[in-house]
Amino acid sequence: MNKLSRWFGRNLLRIYAVVAFTYLFIPVAYTFAFSFNDSGKSNLIWKGFTWANWQNPCGAPEVCTALGNSIKIGLLATIFSTILGTMIAFAIGRHKFKGRSTTNLLIFLPMATPEIVLGASLLSLFLVFQINPGFWPTVIAHVLFCMSFVVVTVKARIASLDPRLEQAAMDLYANERETFRRVTLPLVAPGIAAAALLAFSLSFDDFIITNFNSGTMTTFPKFIYTSAARGIPAQANVIGSAMFFLALAIVVVGQLVTRKRKVS
Amino acid sequence: MTGVKKFRISTPYLLLIPGMGFLFIFFLLPLFNLAQTSTQTPVGGGDTGEYEQTWRFANYFDAFVENRDQFGRSFLYALIATVLALAIAYPLAYTIAFKGGRFKNVMLVLVIAPFFTSFLLRTIAWKQILGEEGFVVPTLRSLQIISESTTLTSSSFAVVMGMTYNFLPFMTLPLYASIDRIDPRTLEASGDLYANGFTTFRRVTLPLSMPGVVAGTLLTFIPAAGDYVNAAILGSPQTKMLGNVIESRYFKIVDYPTASALSFTLMISILILVTVYVRKAGTEELV
Repeated sequence: MNKLSRWFGRNLLRIYAVVAFTYLFIPVAYTFAFSFNDSGKSNLIWKGFTWANWQNPCGAPEVCTALGNSIKIGLLATIFSTILGTMIAFAIGRHKFKGRSTTNLLIFLPMATPEIVLGASLLSLFLVFQINPGFWPTVIAHVLFCMSFVVVTVKARIASLDPRLEQAAMDLYANERETFRRVTLPLVAPGIAAAALLAFSLSFDDFIITNFNSGTMTTFPKFIYTSAARGIPAQANVIGSAMFFLALAIVVVGQLVTRKRKVS
Repeated sequence: MTGVKKFRISTPYLLLIPGMGFLFIFFLLPLFNLAQTSTQTPVGGGDTGEYEQTWRFANYFDAFVENRDQFGRSFLYALIATVLALAIAYPLAYTIAFKGGRFKNVMLVLVIAPFFTSFLLRTIAWKQILGEEGFVVPTLRSLQIISESTTLTSSSFAVVMGMTYNFLPFMTLPLYASIDRIDPRTLEASGDLYANGFTTFRRVTLPLSMPGVVAGTLLTFIPAAGDYVNAAILGSPQTKMLGNVIESRYFKIVDYPTASALSFTLMISILILVTVYVRKAGTEELV
């Protein structure tokens, strides 16, 4: 008995972690389970197991159009925000210049602004210039909120670099440009990749800003929100679960690749 | 020689221009425009949705008085959700950082992984799990923990729970980042100096992890205060937050001035709270 309670005492934190992860994954497991529901129209009650939803993920009207839009917007927003954000991160992380603290503040502000304010203010700007909400306004909105996160992520990576590596390159007669291309950039690259991944997942999962600026165009989160009242088709669960496993696979492959590189 | 020097001075600005220009056009200009819209009034005899600039600052007063409850709720719910998320995330982040061992990276991925299933799907999953057809309510009823008429969804409990759940990864990651940076030897040193576990935590671990606590609470509180999705899915008309009001003013009632005034008030209130909080917490270097 005493032994048991001591084991508990020693592993209390580990037990806690298991409970916490269970809590995090309950809705994910629920979504996955109900992707196999033979549900008909509304996916509320368990009616029986079927593979049909996974065999026909585009079976529900609109769902794949919405998914396609989300992916397109996500990719464009990721490309633009990663480029713009990385440039800013290098400016702040590698240079001293006038207005540096103002720049920092301007980067921080969009993160300290609630999404609904960002979305509403952008919409009112588009309305003033008589630009109809839709695909491109949504892309712009996504670049806006992803950019600050890219800056912060890439800047952290730049700050953690050992300056001696670049000095060594210079000592070996590399000029500034060569040093940047052959030493600095490869070292910062994992940070940029992480930032791009973050930007894509933020964009792909965004609902509030999208709802304000997308007009009649649907995205995957918007599709779920609007169909919530009528009941969400099981195909949405299929796509949500598939995205989950796809992302896990990407992370695992990424880990394996970096480990291999470290070994060799 | 001068050429080289000139190149050095202008590089940061060249790097900054595109991004800052973007922020100026699509962030500062819209905010300015929002402020302007917030003082407009309906055109006399015009259609719904037609407004003219009259600089009526009383819009703010009217909007606030009319939506006092939603305003209070937004900040109260966000505060409770932030405190709960901190309480849940801190031990988790601590475990990953100090007990994770070779599973550290796996556990970090697991913290982020639920993100990839859309947060709307997960929120709706909670609604169904906690709803009448789920397994939680009947179980609690048969154990007589809740009465026959009590429901878990359509309540402030469900809204706060949903927000706590949804923003948990935003709390855990910054906490982990700053706890992971703590040298375990400082904790050993504290123990060598006869501090017990609790004192070590209070005097060494917690102060050293403060940057993470500040970043995590901000990343949770700010989106939570402006959120309306959790309240829309898990709540009832009695749990409406400011976000719900702004959304319906924009899309259903086309009352742009009130919506703008509320948005602006929300943003300014959050900025003031954040500034005071960051000053108090004593970590100026945030970004």
